[in-house]
Amino acid sequence: MNPEAKAQRRALIADVLAEYPEKTAKKRGKHLNVYEEGNADCGVKSNIKSIPGVMTVRGCAYAGAKGVVWGPIKDMVHVSHGPVGCGQYSWGQRRNYANGVAGVNNWVAMQVTPDFQEKDIVFGGDKKLDKMIDEIEQIFPLNKGISVMSECPVGLIGDDIEAVAKKKSKEIGKVVAPVRCEGFRGVSQSLGHHIANDVMRDHIVDKAADKEFEGTPYDVLIVGDYNIGGDAWASRILIEEMGLRVIGQWSGDASVAEIENGTKAKLNLIHCYRSMNYICRHLEEKYGIPWLEYNFFGPSQIEKSLRAIAEQFDDKIKEGAERVIAKYKPMADAILAKYKPRLQGKRIMLYVGGLRPRHVSDAYGDLGMEVTATGYEFAHADDYQRTTHYIKDGTLVYDDASEFELERFVQAIRPDLVGSGIKEKYGTQKLGVPFRQMHSWDYSGPYHGYDGFAVFARDMDLAINNPVWGLHKAPWKAA
Amino acid sequence: MPQSAEKIKDHAKLFNEPEYEALFEHKKQFECGHSAEAVAAQAAHINTWEYREKNLAREALTINPAKACQPLGAIFAAVGFEKTLAFNHGSQGCTAYFRSHLARHFKEPCAAVSTSMTEDAAVFGGMQNLIDGLSNAYTVYKPKMIAISTTCIAEVIGDDLTAFIGNAREKGSIPADFPLPQAHTPSFVGSHVTGYDTMIKGVLSNFWDGKERTPNERINIIPGFDGFAVGNNRELKRILDAFGIDYTLISDVSEVFDTPTDGTYRMFDGGTSIEAVSEALHSKATISLQKYCSDKTLELAAATGQETASFHYPLGIGATDELLMKLSALTGKPIPESLEKERGRLVDAMADSSAWLHGKTYSVFGDPDFVYGITRFLLEMGAEPVHLLSTNAGKEWVEEMKALLATSPAGSKAQVWAGKDLWAMRSLLATEPSEFLIGSSYGKYLERDLGIPLIRLTFPIFDRHHHHRFPMWGYAGGLSVLVTILDKILDVLDVETAKTGISYDLVR
Repeated sequence: MNPEAKAQRRALIADVLAEYPEKTAKKRGKHLNVYEEGNADCGVKSNIKSIPGVMTVRGCAYAGAKGVVWGPIKDMVHVSHGPVGCGQYSWGQRRNYANGVAGVNNWVAMQVTPDFQEKDIVFGGDKKLDKMIDEIEQIFPLNKGISVMSECPVGLIGDDIEAVAKKKSKEIGKVVAPVRCEGFRGVSQSLGHHIANDVMRDHIVDKAADKEFEGTPYDVLIVGDYNIGGDAWASRILIEEMGLRVIGQWSGDASVAEIENGTKAKLNLIHCYRSMNYICRHLEEKYGIPWLEYNFFGPSQIEKSLRAIAEQFDDKIKEGAERVIAKYKPMADAILAKYKPRLQGKRIMLYVGGLRPRHVSDAYGDLGMEVTATGYEFAHADDYQRTTHYIKDGTLVYDDASEFELERFVQAIRPDLVGSGIKEKYGTQKLGVPFRQMHSWDYSGPYHGYDGFAVFARDMDLAINNPVWGLHKAPWKAA
Repeated sequence: MPQSAEKIKDHAKLFNEPEYEALFEHKKQFECGHSAEAVAAQAAHINTWEYREKNLAREALTINPAKACQPLGAIFAAVGFEKTLAFNHGSQGCTAYFRSHLARHFKEPCAAVSTSMTEDAAVFGGMQNLIDGLSNAYTVYKPKMIAISTTCIAEVIGDDLTAFIGNAREKGSIPADFPLPQAHTPSFVGSHVTGYDTMIKGVLSNFWDGKERTPNERINIIPGFDGFAVGNNRELKRILDAFGIDYTLISDVSEVFDTPTDGTYRMFDGGTSIEAVSEALHSKATISLQKYCSDKTLELAAATGQETASFHYPLGIGATDELLMKLSALTGKPIPESLEKERGRLVDAMADSSAWLHGKTYSVFGDPDFVYGITRFLLEMGAEPVHLLSTNAGKEWVEEMKALLATSPAGSKAQVWAGKDLWAMRSLLATEPSEFLIGSSYGKYLERDLGIPLIRLTFPIFDRHHHHRFPMWGYAGGLSVLVTILDKILDVLDVETAKTGISYDLVR
């Protein structure tokens, strides 16, 4: 980007900050920047408390622990432990697909809660939890375990859910995992991921380390894929086709048995680094299992990732990777031929969570599009370092952006597409700017893998080239 | 190859392809699930009377409740006032959830801020968060009013809102006279309808307390928490205008949840003006269209000397009649001929279609006023309610429902369930089914499991679009409800009869 354009972007940041009270402007100024090529990071601070009153987009630890990491495990009953709200708002909203019969051996799209009332706050909820677990055993006898996802009040009233979980686990002979993910912990969803990883480690993975398991040299785990719109399946199909054996999906469409296989893989393949790097590091440190980040968005990254994965194995797998790439290339080329002419040169603004603000960048690139601004809700410094591998000089970068900042940036940049969440979708469209939800895939998907890339390309085209965007100005209004 | 550039398959079709079916089959060895026989046996068991008994006896366990929590209702109430910023004192995740939940239903942006309380605020209290939050929100979003509600954390640790607000004003983070109504809305008390009531009362108290009332002829109307507010409030205003009544809607979200796409994002739009809220103290009466959304607010109105009245989500003939007669009685204005004609049109439509509706059986779930209102209309159409369930209702509602059912022979078989959830409803419908189910999108799981067609007529509707833009209240609203129900009946009949071709008729 030329220096003048970069200076303009810096001026835009300054303009936006000028509208805050001084103290807030000073704080927010550290989270907004223009990327300078060659730098090791994006020049923004991250993983810091949100500023009250500015309309942060962030959620909470519960959202990270229940909504992201534990919730997709299908054969467990996930209890939203506390009052009714948290479980209600997160019920069925992330589209974590899972095979099974709802209420019989699959509880992913269900809301299970003790529905705390005032008396539970006053007298504590431990007895209710104890009784509730007995009732779960009666009502859902085929469950393989229970997770207790703490909501805010639980941590404030001094409940000892760990003690209840330990007692009940012994009684029912299944995992009962106490997850201390009260919404006030940490600064965003991110600490919830970490807490969820730690509980998964302590209550399932390490305990199952001695489990008998007939391994092969080709065993891998898919980690950090929540099977939104079927993403994990569209990834698994490629990994299996190249000759590897996927012994667990963490945690999209996962069963407890697959989580128990945590110590059994030869290599852990991690997609969403932010939400599950913790357990990969643990498995490496304690069991010596290496892990590898991969990216299955768009053909160029998929090719690169397939080869990088194969690099960790023998020639059979390397040949397998080449075979897979060759098999899907004609389809991927046909997608590019169909959509690239329609999307070439379009500019994208992203504002999403875990990995997508960087990971999808090259998928857009494959289609001739360019990410001109990007940012994360809850990233850490290492995410912004990794982001530099993807973005171009002059990219506007925002961390924990407020709705106010986002609107001003969209107005000033007028991108051809914004990719963000449900809270941002409708306001952006009012401006006459096309939008795709990049958390839920806007009720579409999968976007991972070659099969998913076709859907991704189709969806970006239908958003950007929607005839409605030519209609938002009345013809009698001056241009 | 399951995928191709010519015909791109997304999740709805892709995973039916043989490659993916094989993948699922192969994956099972790692899942170590129960045997197909065990799963089938349990799947059959949950449809039995034996299971129903266990299921209805649950005391500590709630599964798939049809209710949300207080601050959702408080936010909904708050954004119905002119340029009012909904402000939640508590953890930020709650506010993210409320905004998402409302956006998913209305397909509209929903603005609300949080004080982002974290662990240190839990220990030391959230005063600094509140002070900074007010300053930022006031400066950045330039509202005319900030309506403060609370989430669990602030309530559990006992934050003193009044004292904190006093400090905020003293420190100059917010002007001394800036309106800051407050509502204590923990999730562990009541439900979203309670939160609605709490916030409306908070706003009115803010402007009314300590003021002298000089009665006039105006009527205040509280619509209540309503997913169909966009269509309903507009219909209500049309009715009131037809009367020529001087009125104030207390919280009107029909603009802010229905803004145009024309190149401008309106974070605030429409809503009851601050002046009108102040003036509303002097009104002759306050009437609520949803009794269970306005208990405390009507007490406040009555205490000022206003007349009060409440309804249960007035739809259909009798309920609309009562509303119009009440408006007429309060104002002395006759019921306009135009509305009388609309009444006749709805009766006409009901007469035309009743053969398809009469004797059909329905179960209904939702907020207490909605279930009452729709049941009343069903009875008017000769339809037979079976299970009437409201998770957030209590004993008083049960009595009211029973009295309503007693007014019609069509109501004789109905069972009323207060405080029960949708997993209980599953057992009820598995053992004593109805032909149709009326409720929110959450009912789709019951539709799938039990094959009972769902008619989406109440909040939240996530998986169908724009129904909330059409009214349900009044005679005109009754017509759109009638058509929605009838369409489902006839669509189901066409699908059924197409199987043999017999009775697949062009004219119905």
